[in-house]
Amino acid sequence: MIECRNLSKIYRNGDNETVALSGATFSVVDGEFLAIMGPSGSGKSTLMNILGLLDSPSGGRYILDGKDISKYSEDELADIRIRKIGFVFQSFNLLPRTSVIRNVMLPLVYEGVPRSGRRALAEAALRAVEFPEDRWEHLSNQLSGGQMQRVAIARALVNNPSLVFADEPTGNLDTKTGERVMAALRKLNREKGHTIILITHESEIAGYADRIITIRDGGIVSDLQNTAVHTV
Amino acid sequence: MLFSDIILETYIALTTNKARSGLTMLGIVIGIGSVIAMIAVGQGAQQSVQSRIQSIGSNLLMIRPGFARSPGQNVSQGQGSSTSLTLEDAEAIRADVPSLGAVAPSVAGNYQVIAGGSNTRTSVTGTLPAYMNVRNISIESGSFFTDLHDARRSKVAVIGPDVRDELFPEGEEVAGKKIRIKGIDFTVLGVTESKGGSGMDNSDDVIYVPLSTAIQYLTGTESISMISVTVADQEQMDAASAAIRELLLERHDIADSSSADFRIMNQADIVETASSVTETFTLLLGAVAGISLLVGGIGIMNMMLTTVTERTREIGLRKAIGAKRRDISRQFLSESVALTFLGGVVGVVAGWGAAALLTRFGGVATSVSGISVVLAFGVSAVIGIIFGYYPARRAARLNPIEALRYE
Repeated sequence: MIECRNLSKIYRNGDNETVALSGATFSVVDGEFLAIMGPSGSGKSTLMNILGLLDSPSGGRYILDGKDISKYSEDELADIRIRKIGFVFQSFNLLPRTSVIRNVMLPLVYEGVPRSGRRALAEAALRAVEFPEDRWEHLSNQLSGGQMQRVAIARALVNNPSLVFADEPTGNLDTKTGERVMAALRKLNREKGHTIILITHESEIAGYADRIITIRDGGIVSDLQNTAVHTV
Repeated sequence: MLFSDIILETYIALTTNKARSGLTMLGIVIGIGSVIAMIAVGQGAQQSVQSRIQSIGSNLLMIRPGFARSPGQNVSQGQGSSTSLTLEDAEAIRADVPSLGAVAPSVAGNYQVIAGGSNTRTSVTGTLPAYMNVRNISIESGSFFTDLHDARRSKVAVIGPDVRDELFPEGEEVAGKKIRIKGIDFTVLGVTESKGGSGMDNSDDVIYVPLSTAIQYLTGTESISMISVTVADQEQMDAASAAIRELLLERHDIADSSSADFRIMNQADIVETASSVTETFTLLLGAVAGISLLVGGIGIMNMMLTTVTERTREIGLRKAIGAKRRDISRQFLSESVALTFLGGVVGVVAGWGAAALLTRFGGVATSVSGISVVLAFGVSAVIGIIFGYYPARRAARLNPIEALRYE
């Protein structure tokens, strides 16, 4: 579903040019669980932003589901994001002082799903991440970190995207909670067939994926199938 | 994004920080409220001036002495300062100008008036009984004086209701009572009916005495301060005015009508002059109030800019999820419009209330017109759009990646 050819990203700041990404070439098939691993500053966030249609590449071609979207406008990209892509962030980014269920329904608001259909979709997503039903009406800021990340995953799933990006999803969680969040992502990949792209700097976390792309100084240094997939 | 979603988001955003939303809205409330109240005061003044002038009668011509000029000099001493009009002029007008109704010459002055223990200073008009018809004066109790009183120079007076209240506060029957004007005893014949009005030109705060009595005992000169004339047919106003002008120019031996020593005014001229004055007054009040509305609008912009900055991460998230620029800008624009619109509603009510209080306790005539209310709503919505546009655009243009990283 994803095909990248020679993707590059150069940031210009006055006369300084910073190469954040160069010559990234790889493809991702439907249903894959892929980790992009690298130390901070390696360009993995830049790659995720481009793959997640939050940013445009400076060069190369990015073909998503057969369409070259390198030259799409900001609003056209937003339109694809709403239909095909879900995001899970390190810092959760839930709407504060807003109930769990409303947080999960947020993407449906922008997708234009009628009001009557939203709640059922949001409940299904919360069930899929095994979020306890008695906390659906709680406000997001009353939750623990692990619960917040589950809500964020449910939000990423609510519009049934084919592609889910998880940017350091365990970065703000303790090891135990992190493991549970990773298990939840694994389950979604195995059971519902969502393609998941995990961005992390920890090899421990990358170990949950089937395939690990290692990136360093803006270039891909290895692209390996993970033979020892973590199981929980 | 559905319209109802925008409304809901706006409601949540505004109620999250109620104190801030309330204070920002207060700026608009004060702005709109003062616009409504000030325009009400202006229009009230306009209406009361017009109705008072119209109550005098619409087929009225008033002839007053013009600017006094010494021969060979061009120094004006002010309107009405000359002593050019005489009783004979009035007689001549009555005799020679056709199609006139009544002709009433009058003199006027301000004098100290005493009755029993009370005293007041008021305007005394010396005139003929015809003045009643010319100026639409009605009698509430007693009677007006007659031509016989004038011929005999009787010391009789007809007083306005305000004068009665001032001099006889007990509310007793006043016909037959004595009052002293400029130290001379007059017998009260009756009281005129109230015509309303206030301020300098109050037709209720006046005393009428026979013209010849006034000339002999009060003013002491033969000159007339005004000749009021009604024209039988309103169509003939201009013709009558021209005929009077010609007659007086001839009688005063003036060849050039531009140097006439008198002025003829008709109702339309007076209404026009008064309107232009009160219109300016209304405009000035409105402009002052408009400035406070502008300040309120700047308050809105300030709050919206703060809100956008505070919610940068939220905006980044919404955009990452798939919100388009217009979704974001609509959301923020709707917040500022909701603030100004609600402020407008409260402001209209507050302004209306302020106008009512001014009328009740300040004695100021006010009139809240539908147009000013509609205008206030329109202006407040427009202010919401204008001052919300820049913050909303700023929010919509945020880069989602940077916004998500914003601390």
